[in-house]
Amino acid sequence: MLRKVLIAVALVAGSAQPLLAADVNPQADFKAFRAYFAKRFPKVPLNDFVNGPYSMDAGLRKQWEAIDAFPPYEFAIEQGKKMFATPFKNGKTYADCFPNKGIGVRQMYPMFDAKSGQVITLEVAINQCLEANGEKPLDYTKDDMASVTAYMAFTSRGKPMDIKIPNDPRALAAYENGKKYFYTRRGQFNFSCASCHVQSPGEHIRTEVLAPALGIVNALPIYRSAWSSMGTTTRRLRTCNSQVRGVPLPGGDDNYRDVEYYLSYMANGLPISGPGTRP
Amino acid sequence: MPTNTIRVRAVASGDTTEVQSLIRHPMESGFVKDSKGQLIPAHHIEVLQFEHGGKTVFTALWGPAVSKDPYVKFSFKGGKKGDDIKVSWVDNKGESDSLTAKIQ
Amino acid sequence: MNEFADAHRLARRTILKGAVAGGLAGLGLGAFPFPAFADADAKEWPADAFKHKSEADTLKALYGKTAEASDKVSLDAPEIAENGAVVPIAVASTLPNITGIAILVLENPNVLAAAYKLPAGTQASVSNRLKMAKTSKVVAVVESGGKLYSVSKEVKVTVGGCGG
Repeated sequence: MLRKVLIAVALVAGSAQPLLAADVNPQADFKAFRAYFAKRFPKVPLNDFVNGPYSMDAGLRKQWEAIDAFPPYEFAIEQGKKMFATPFKNGKTYADCFPNKGIGVRQMYPMFDAKSGQVITLEVAINQCLEANGEKPLDYTKDDMASVTAYMAFTSRGKPMDIKIPNDPRALAAYENGKKYFYTRRGQFNFSCASCHVQSPGEHIRTEVLAPALGIVNALPIYRSAWSSMGTTTRRLRTCNSQVRGVPLPGGDDNYRDVEYYLSYMANGLPISGPGTRP
Repeated sequence: MPTNTIRVRAVASGDTTEVQSLIRHPMESGFVKDSKGQLIPAHHIEVLQFEHGGKTVFTALWGPAVSKDPYVKFSFKGGKKGDDIKVSWVDNKGESDSLTAKIQ
Repeated sequence: MNEFADAHRLARRTILKGAVAGGLAGLGLGAFPFPAFADADAKEWPADAFKHKSEADTLKALYGKTAEASDKVSLDAPEIAENGAVVPIAVASTLPNITGIAILVLENPNVLAAAYKLPAGTQASVSNRLKMAKTSKVVAVVESGGKLYSVSKEVKVTVGGCGG
């Protein structure tokens, strides 16, 4: 299955033809992706994949359950709730920028914005909200961003991921770029995201147990024991890049938006579990 | 002085109350260096105390090896729904915080 | 998924230092607007006990005794810690009259991680989260009827928990 996907991407990437909307088929990718993980891990309940390494290893799971009983990300949720309620200098709040006042909407992100032709992730949406209201944007990797996204994720706990890819060539191109990014090798270690998260989930890389790519974004943002602090999606992606000795990209970079778009679509139907804890 | 650092969940069940507490504190061990290579000084809670009905029901004596944003769980006999439970801590810098919460 | 209950918060006490605190001694409670409960007192902290590098020296400093192994003390700790910075560890015991529990991590720079004082009526069971610098024997010690009993378990740590 993986080979089929990789060959399809290679053919697309190597061809001299422009990418046609007809060549991009997220629904077919979704089916193949889902079938691959179900076949590889027949004993893992579908919804459990969102728990990352804890769905793969019983010893890790027990420790996770102990920590999740009273998790350290609670402070981030509270901080995010406070930030949400605090008006900007112009009197508006985050609630004014989001559907349903920003409550229970996290599972819709990333979404494609037809007007700008861009994929908008939750973190990008938050910064666009701030800038539209005369406020400074948040650092994509720091605690303030993690707090707001932790709160928003918490209000969406349990809701199924619900990503839409409209039949718009720009949206399809962004999706396909995300998929390509995911399967492209990079860094000194020459690993793609897929090398770890599609080929080797449940296995060890040095001392860490690898999470499956299916549902891998559902727990974000996360409190990582290794950092003893919160990590935004951007922070985690940058660390993934560094860990393969590749170059981390800045927050809001198209490749990060697009790979999140791809992975989130692949996770459609799986519950939002964020904010989460991870090793 | 830090404020609002203490979270507590105290639940009475029969004649026993189970208490869980999570505290926002850096718990610096004193062994970690910052980006400039300087040791970050130890900064950790030393004493954490829980009181109910005018009595101390649990005291934690903590060193730098307790994790950041520390957690503890214990149970004591007595306490019923609606009672106050008081949590207080003091750290090696002389900073402190306290909170009184209701047993659920 | 997990909920968290809101805590009912009363006014926090004001920190009183030095002269005023010293003047409390002769006053009856209620004469001043302090809450009736006294707060955590740094004087209780056994500074010396936290400085030792061996189990024996630590227990001597903390309790003035040595411990004997007992199968009535249980130590719940992972075989392989997911990360040495946050290792969930729980200690319990069925021994009678338990007044103290201590947890030692023998390969840590200083061996005593945490000690707990349990007044009568408090159960002999504690859960906490500790840092472990590397793979180490973890020793749980319980003070029962004035004597010390212990159990130990090796916990493997593959990523150092002290920021390394």
